[in-house]
Amino acid sequence: MMDMPKSDLTAPTRMTGGLRPRNETPMIPKNSISGRALVAVVAIMTFLASLTTGAVMLVRASASEWQSDVAREVTIQVRPAPGRDLDAATATAAGIARAFPGIAEVRPYSKEESARLLEPWLGTGLTLDELPVPRLIVAKLAPDAAPDLAQLRKIVGEQVPGASLDDHRGWIDRMGTMAATAVAAGIGILVLMFAATMLSVAFATRGAMAANRPVIEVLHFVGAKDGYIAGLFQRHFLLLGLKGGVLGGGAALLLFAFAGLFSGWFVGNASVSQATALFGSFSIGTTGYISVGSQIVLIAVVTAWTSRQTVNRTLETID
Amino acid sequence: MVRFENVGLRYGLGPEVLRDLTFRVEPHSFQFLTGPSGAGKTSLLRLLFLSIKPTRGLITQFGHDVATLGKDALATLRRRIGIVFQDFRLLDHMTTYENVALPFRVMGRHEDSYRDEVIELLNWVGLGERMWALPPVLSGGEKQRAAIARAVIARPQLLLADEPTGNVDPSLAQRLLRLFIELNKSGTSVIIATHDIALMDQYDARRLVLHDGRLHVYD
Ligand SMILES: Nc1ncnc2c1ncn2[C@@H]1O[C@H](COP(=O)(O)OP(=O)(O)O)[C@@H](O)[C@H]1O
Ligand SMILES: [Mg+2]
Repeated sequence: MMDMPKSDLTAPTRMTGGLRPRNETPMIPKNSISGRALVAVVAIMTFLASLTTGAVMLVRASASEWQSDVAREVTIQVRPAPGRDLDAATATAAGIARAFPGIAEVRPYSKEESARLLEPWLGTGLTLDELPVPRLIVAKLAPDAAPDLAQLRKIVGEQVPGASLDDHRGWIDRMGTMAATAVAAGIGILVLMFAATMLSVAFATRGAMAANRPVIEVLHFVGAKDGYIAGLFQRHFLLLGLKGGVLGGGAALLLFAFAGLFSGWFVGNASVSQATALFGSFSIGTTGYISVGSQIVLIAVVTAWTSRQTVNRTLETID
Repeated sequence: MVRFENVGLRYGLGPEVLRDLTFRVEPHSFQFLTGPSGAGKTSLLRLLFLSIKPTRGLITQFGHDVATLGKDALATLRRRIGIVFQDFRLLDHMTTYENVALPFRVMGRHEDSYRDEVIELLNWVGLGERMWALPPVLSGGEKQRAAIARAVIARPQLLLADEPTGNVDPSLAQRLLRLFIELNKSGTSVIIATHDIALMDQYDARRLVLHDGRLHVYD
């Protein structure tokens, strides 16, 4: 009963229509991984993380800009008192400051200027003579000079009654603390977001592995090592992570660029120029773009790594 | 090549499915593994394929005590063994060609180095026209041949087949048996688990008979 058709055993190799067969199907079917949901999660997380990074960098840059501006100035305040010639006292104090080494520029505020400073609070049509308003002298430090401000404070205090020097130290310290707090909070938020992303990836990987259990078994049967199988999942998830990262990070970058343009277009508009005064400008600068870019790469790498770890751990529990 | 000494196997806390198995499988040998349904044929094949571990006894494969091997070493050893499952275990999302080429792909070999070999084997088992087909559209006999082709494509030194003629008609069963005999002649040790008496009567070979968890060898 040897009815095996000879052609089956000995037929020369034939091509189907000249086409060569090829391995083109991924071993892990794409649709077996809840890819779109994960891409969305990663995109949202990257977007929020990028916004956080951008905000933190903006706060830091503005704070240090402010600090350096403010630290280059000291203010001498001359307080009024009954019987005190405020104009004379102001002129004396200004003279002392002008003569002090390391002080580049001294500008006493006149009565009218002081009035203008108070306008927003007290309204116009105010005569300072009626109010005991202190007078201000702003002294700018010479670039790269480190004058002995304690000495200056001492001299001013001794020679001009009612005068005191403010080097804004307390204010700068508070400002620094605030900026540091903002940075710490930002880093905390980033850590939480990365943790949430990793958890999502771990869940997605476990789901994908459960869905592909038969595939994994067959791969084991044909001699695949765990590392090879983990690599298959890792590749999928690296791609998903990159996609999500580029989408989310790209959206954030667009937003930054748009905000930069926007604040550029509307200079002169009061609220924008106030915001500009507060934040310098909305531009996050080259460092900002670089850090958002590295965040995209980082989130993709973290996604791939997490999925590899998850696969390895899960494979250890299989047979 | 394969050596079992006092091997016992139980699943969980159940009774011992296999008891005191002591036997050898020699290179280039051909044997049927038989016994009634539920006798433990599939379990013995899984032991031979290193996919389960015995509860006691010693198994030596290709000179290695398998109890001492790590997962990666077992995977490497498994590449020298081909297995045909009762339920084929083809990957439904891959073409017949891709399924058969899978062992090479997993080894990381370049496709150009094996494509012709795969095509040749597919033609040899009569699947030349079905290379592009996905397993769900193959007939039972075609799936069977695809599974066999995948098991033998990497020229294993040991071939295990679980009821390979279980769901094919007698004439195809005969052709498959011829295929196994050809393979054996080219140097592969073959173990065919079957309870098909008619099939065993067609070829005079060593018989390993499982009964009540014990193995009786008829050379
Ligand atoms: N995964 C398993 N878990 C528990 N018991 C099993 C498992 N696989 C097989 N068995 C039991 O082991 C015995 C032998 O089964 P099997 O090896 O499949 O026999 P055969 O292939 O000869 O029909 C049967 O009693 C079966 O119920
Ligand atoms: Mg069985």
